Parts: sequence; structure tokens; C-alpha cells
Amino acid sequence: MNGKKQTGKEVVLKINGKEEKVFCQPGETLLYVLRNRLYRTEVKEGCGKGDCGACTVLLDGVPVDACLVLAYQAEGKEILTVKGLGTPKNIHPLQKIFIENGSIQCGFCIPGQLLSAKALLEKKPRPSREEIKRAISGNLCRCTGYKKIIEAIEEASEKISHQ
Amino acid sequence: MTELKIIGKKVPRHDAIEKAFGLTCYADDFFMPGMLYGKVLRSQYPSAKIVSIDTSKAVRLKGVKAVLTAKDVPRNESVTRFGQTHAMGGGFEGLYRVLADKKVHFMGEAVALVAAETEEIAERALRMIHVEYQPLPCIFDPVEAMKPDTPQVEEGKPNIVTHFEVVKGEVEEGFAEADVIVEHTYRVPFVDHAYIEPESGLAWLDESGVINIRVSTQVIEHFRTVADVLDLPHNRVRVIGTYLGGGFGGKEDITVETFLALLTSRTGRPVKLTYTREESILSHSKRHPYVMIYKTGAKRDGRLTSLQAKLVSDAGAYVYLSPWVLLYSMVNAAGPYRIPHVRVDGYTVLTNNTFTSANRGFGAPQVCFAYESQMDELAKQLKMDPVEIRKINYLRKGETLATGQVLEHAVALRETTEKAFQAFGECTPGKGNLKIGRGIASGMTSYGRMIFLHDTSRSYVSIELDGSVTIRAGVQDIGGGQASSLCHIAAEVLGVPLEDIKVYIADTALTPLAGTTTATRQLYMSGNATLMAAREIRNTLLKKAGEMMKMDPQRLDLADKEVVDTQGSGKNLSLIDAVKACASDGLPLYHVGLFKAPFRNLTQYERIEGQVFPDFTFGTHAAEVAVDEETGEIQVLKLIACFDVGRAINPSSVEGQLEGGAIYGMGYGLMEEVIMEKGVTLTPSFSEYLLPTSMDVPDVETILIESGEGVGPFGAKGVGEPSVCSVAPAICNAVYDAIGVRIYDLPLTPEKIVKAIKEK
Repeated sequence: MNGKKQTGKEVVLKINGKEEKVFCQPGETLLYVLRNRLYRTEVKEGCGKGDCGACTVLLDGVPVDACLVLAYQAEGKEILTVKGLGTPKNIHPLQKIFIENGSIQCGFCIPGQLLSAKALLEKKPRPSREEIKRAISGNLCRCTGYKKIIEAIEEASEKISHQ
Repeated sequence: MTELKIIGKKVPRHDAIEKAFGLTCYADDFFMPGMLYGKVLRSQYPSAKIVSIDTSKAVRLKGVKAVLTAKDVPRNESVTRFGQTHAMGGGFEGLYRVLADKKVHFMGEAVALVAAETEEIAERALRMIHVEYQPLPCIFDPVEAMKPDTPQVEEGKPNIVTHFEVVKGEVEEGFAEADVIVEHTYRVPFVDHAYIEPESGLAWLDESGVINIRVSTQVIEHFRTVADVLDLPHNRVRVIGTYLGGGFGGKEDITVETFLALLTSRTGRPVKLTYTREESILSHSKRHPYVMIYKTGAKRDGRLTSLQAKLVSDAGAYVYLSPWVLLYSMVNAAGPYRIPHVRVDGYTVLTNNTFTSANRGFGAPQVCFAYESQMDELAKQLKMDPVEIRKINYLRKGETLATGQVLEHAVALRETTEKAFQAFGECTPGKGNLKIGRGIASGMTSYGRMIFLHDTSRSYVSIELDGSVTIRAGVQDIGGGQASSLCHIAAEVLGVPLEDIKVYIADTALTPLAGTTTATRQLYMSGNATLMAAREIRNTLLKKAGEMMKMDPQRLDLADKEVVDTQGSGKNLSLIDAVKACASDGLPLYHVGLFKAPFRNLTQYERIEGQVFPDFTFGTHAAEVAVDEETGEIQVLKLIACFDVGRAINPSSVEGQLEGGAIYGMGYGLMEEVIMEKGVTLTPSFSEYLLPTSMDVPDVETILIESGEGVGPFGAKGVGEPSVCSVAPAICNAVYDAIGVRIYDLPLTPEKIVKAIKEK
């Protein structure tokens, strides 16, 4: 930038509850740092411009496109990726129902869809169908036609609120 | 075999489980020590002479490890073969250049390659390559490009790549017999595949000098082409396919493979290359735009008498799959209808637009928009119900297409139409400016490749000593469940639970070659190969078990990891004991199934005659729309897809294909268009190239009909591409029903609707 030598610094990112130190440059996006410096490849890159939502992560519970946030800005915030949502041994209801309902085809948009859905259900445990659609409207999917994704979020909201 | 245990049940796919936890590694998710980043310098002109290329500054930039141009490509002119092993000739195999040499033919054509230590350095190096261009005359309109004395895209060669014809009877006679005739010109646009995962791959040299390429591809068998380009023996290039973040035909042609092979071979280091979204839209293949002049005649009672069509497709600047796509359009051009007289002339024409190639449906959706619009126009002229006129004319099993191909299997179109229409239920009431309309459209789409490609697939199945099952198949999984359906089939035949099956896919070094994941062929071809292999093992096991149990193997079945007596003696044998006994006798517990599609050679190329495809999938879409007469906005309220799927191996996956295909088709009908002006793409991102979001979609209702008459395993048909075919005309017909205005060119944007209402 401007031909000047960049001076990076070490930042501490709290990812899925664990703090990680990483050296990064001021201009680097959270997406770049997650994928290329920390190998958090569960966060996908589809466009790098905030158009597709594949890189959605939760920052303090709020869904953001990681490609539009600088890594520096994420310091001190809780970053949640799909691997922090649940694991095969400790499965989140959203993941379980996405799997059972056939909501996943190529799967590239799925980490983003799951996290947008998680943020919605935290805020509004029993959303309407319209609210579900709005919550994932920034997460493009080319395979499913969205129906099975919307259904799964609806079903998960019923399951979670009954727990 | 007794009743089906797993086939036909909605079961979660193994890949869905992995994907839900973020465990699946797609092509861009791999890293290697010492890895370089590749970048491509692309043409800034749609047609220009390359006067000179100066790479000296870029080469000197710190961190740059290679800068390659056409002179560095051992065999720069390659023939596109698309994975098939049978040589075609006859103009089907278009030449293309890996890197532009002396001339560029379209904006975005690859001119030079860079590999550098970081992406930033690679990008900077691209800016330091100086290319001197001398702009040349261009041609962008395929109809213009057909005329003499227009600029030639490829010097010394005519712009018309291919002319095909389908001729049945005498169309003029047919029109003379007709009571009504409708005639119109239809246009469909360039469309992007818009997979969410851009093109990507990572290549490295192994200790023996073999070039390994791990890549997001629908065709691992491009390894042959890559080897030819680098002048290497075919067995020195290995392609490993990852699970794809979507394909839709866009990863059927080579994307990054050759670039990676050149860069890794030059630097000796691993190289990664991932396209930016802009690069993907600007430089890679698009769906063919068509101009289609259609004329159809019918008797007063609705019977069709004659159909004449002229199709012109825009091939863009390189041939790629254009003749093949056109051939599909030719076979489909008259639709699934009985028409005594048919004449179709098709042309595919080079222009200086971005090249066009495979896109889900492969030439079928274009003509379906035209012939299904014509059917509704005829119905209107005849004051008939659109459903009725179709039912009168649908082909039946045993009848022939205009090309002479006999439809040997179920043609369930009457049923799909009735059921789709019934599913509408009550009509949504209109309100003020909002007018409600309903439309239907039916289509046919082949599954399996053209039979003169002599298509084959192989699948290896083995049973391990603990009763678990291994499948190895060179199948690319593009998200449709291509790998998991093989597991279903093996589980069914071998009586083991799905979780005991592991499938290894898509590695030209280690998995038997299974052909392309294109042409809706994988379930048909590799499903059958897996079925053959699993049955072979089953027979070995049952024979041995019969000896051990002193029973006729005929009465034995495999279920729940046991050899079961179907006559209920209660004497069972554990599967593992049968496996161990076979192993100790040296009996083969593995088999490679080789499935061959029907083969037939073309006797001549221009006139399309006789059997071209193994079979077709038939289905109907029904759409209810609300059109705002003031703003021109169209909302699809209901969208129904009713298809004869033959047999649903995993109904959950089949529904998924039909739902996703319906929305893919809805995008084609309503909003998607790569706008190119004078060869310049004006829609290079998802904020300009609009595809359906969750806010745009209705709940697609799917209705599966299972005739059991497909040529796939257990009577399955393919659905991946057929699911797209007839959506756009169903919506277009619904819009007409709502506002009495017919649009002849896709997509049906609000601007076109408002304009058409004004001109009404």
C-alpha cells in the first residue's frame, strides 16, 4: 500500500472459544487470516466481496461476511465458525436436521447457512418462515432451491424451543 | 432379489454429514509446504493481434518464480475431447489454445501465467507484463456472423462451426394441412453457472516426476489432455477430484488444470490457482444464447401437423462443446410431441463473445422455452386448454422422435402433467395491480451420453474381512450425491448398513475410471457398474454360504450382515463367517464392474437420425405467478415439479435435485443474464449477475412418479439436468395467463413486462 513497507502486528483472535495468536497485516481481512494464516478452511470463500455469504461467521453472535471485516476489527470478539457450532460427538440440532432433511447438496454454502440460522434462532427462537428466509437471504445457494434449508431451520427452531 | 431394504428410503448421505461439520475439504482448502500461487493474465480486448509480450519486468520481481506465455506451452493447440475415449471427428472436436498465441479472440482469454510466493506478488507481476495489442474487427451477433464478409473469429475458417438438420416428412405439406399456424422468434441469454465455489486447484510434482493435480472438476479424465499439452505420457499426469462446491456443467471443460501443470512443471514447486469470482464470470464458459425461429401448425382438434425451427447458437470465441450442445437441441427441438412433419436446422456460430459450453440441461432448456411457448400459443389460437392440447400430442412409449429414435421405455407425460396441474390447488386471489396466472410446460431431457461416444464406466467393490465394504470409483461428486448413491446400491445388494460402506472417488491413479459427471450419467453408468460388481461378490458369498449351510444359494439372501434363509428355516450365517470362508478358499472378494452404454456409430454428421441417446427423462413444471402490472415484477407463488424418475434410489436426493433444478430454471426464466456488450461482460459479480435468493423462491413441490422403466440401476432414470428444462416456459406461460402478454426473450425482467404491457 502506497509502496510503503507494511507493519503488521500480532493479534489475538478468539475462535470457537479458544484464543489464538496470529501475526497479520493491517489490510488483511478476517477471511484471509482465518483461511490462509490459521487454516480455518471451514470458512469458505465464494466471492470475496460480500455478495454470496459463503464466508459467514458469527462475531459476538452477529453474522458477518468475513471477507468484509478486517482481522484487526475482530480482536476481542467471539468468532464462531461452523466447527464451533457442533461436532459429530456434540451435534447441534441445526446440523442434525440439515443432515437428516437432505438440506445439504454440494455443501459449500452450508457453513454460512448454519451460522446465519444459529444467529436467527438465538435472537428469535420461533421465527416465521418469512423471517427465516430473510435471515439467510445473504447466503446464496445454487443447489437446493433453499426449500430444504428453510424447512430444516423451521424444524430446528421447534426442537430447540422444546428442549 | 427380495424386497428393497435401502433403495427407495430417505437416508442421510455420508457427504452431507461431513459437510455439516465443516470437515469436507474443497479444492481451495488444501495447502502444501513451499506452495506458490498462480495467476492468469487475461486479454483486455475481444479481438486483437498480439504484437508483442514483454515479461522482463515481471520476471525480475522478487518472489516471482515463473512467467509463462504461449511459447512455453509444449503443445499449445489442443483438441477438446471432454473425457471420452472414443475419437469422434466430424467437427465435434474443436481446437483451442491453452494460452493465446499471436491473437486474442475474446475478453478474458488467457494470455500469460504467473507463479509467485504470494498472491499479492503474483498480481503485481501480472500488472508488470506488457502486452502490445492491435485491435482487430470484431463480431458479436451470431446471426450477423453467419453472413459472408463479416470478420472471421478464426482467420481462414468460416464462423459457422456446425450445421445440423433433422428432417421428417415435408413441413410444407404439414403446414398446408394445418388449421392454425403460430410463428415467432425466441431468444435466450448467456447464463453463468454461478457455483458458489469458484474454479480451483492445487498441483505438485511427486518424487517420480508425476504431475499431481487436485482440482474441482467434473472430469478427472482431462488428465489425458493435460498430458498431451505438456507432451507427457498419459500416465505421468494424475488428477484427483475433490468434492465440488457445484458444477452445473461449468467444471466439465478444463479450468485450471493445464495452467497448474505448466506452472508446477516449470517451477518444480506446488502451485495453487483459484479464480476470483470476477474471473470466473468473465473468462469461463457460459450457457449458449440461442435465437430460435419456430413455426408450428395444428389441426382444429389440436393435433400437430408440422414444426419448423431454425436454431442459431452463439459458440463464443472457441468451439468447446458447442456442436454437442447443439446436437442435444436438435434431438429435443420438436419436444416430446407426435408431429408428422418436422424440419429443424441448427447452426452454432463463432463470435468474439466469451466462449459457451455445457450448462445444466445442455441445449434442452433453450428449445424447451420455444416449443412450450408455441404449444400455449397454439392452444390460445384453438381456444383449447393448454393441458389438453399437450395430452393430445404427447408421444407414447413405442413411438418415435422426429429423429427416428424409438422411445423404448415409459413416457409418463400424461401423468406428470395431470398431477402437476392438480397440485396447484386453490388459486391465489389477485389484488389491485397484482394479476395471478398459471402455466405449465413439459420437457424431455436425455440422461447418459450420446451413444456414439461409446460410453463406459467402471466401479470396484470389495468386502473386507470384517464385513465392511469398500468402493473405488473414478466418480466426481458435484453435490448431487453421486458418491453416496453408489453406497446405497452396494448396501442394498450386500446386505450391510450404509455406515459400513466407504467410497473412495475421483483419482485417476487409484480409482477405476468412471467417466464424466456430466450428461446426467453417473447414477446410470456408475450405478450400474457398482450394481454389477456388488452382485458378483454377492454371488460368490451366497455360493460359499450355500455350501456351508448345505442349502441352495437360491434361497439365501444377505441382510443386516447375515446370510439369511428366505424360506424361514431360521438357520442364518454371519456375513463375516461367509467372507472369511471365501478368503481362506482364495475366492475373489472384489470385483470391477464394467458397464457399457449402448454403442452406435454415426454414419454421417450433418443429418441427425436414429438413436442418439440411451433414454430420456420426462416431466412437467407448473407455475402460479403474481404479476404486478405497474412495476412489472413477477413473483412465483407456486412451483410444482412432477417427474417420472424411474426409481428414486434416495428420494431425499431426488427431491433435492428437482427442487434445486426448479429454482435454477426459475433463475433462467426471471433474472439471470450475463450481459455482454461488444464482448465486454457488464455483470462480473453477484451484485450484477442476479441469481435467486431465499427471498425470491416459492416452496417447490415435488411429485415423484416411479415407472421403474429407467435404464439405470433398479430402473432409475437421471434427474439432474431434466429438472431444469421446462421451468422458464411454465413461468412464461403463467405470465401470459396473468396479464395477456407474451414475452419471447428470457429473462422476464420487470422492464420487459412493463414495456410489453404498454405496447399491448
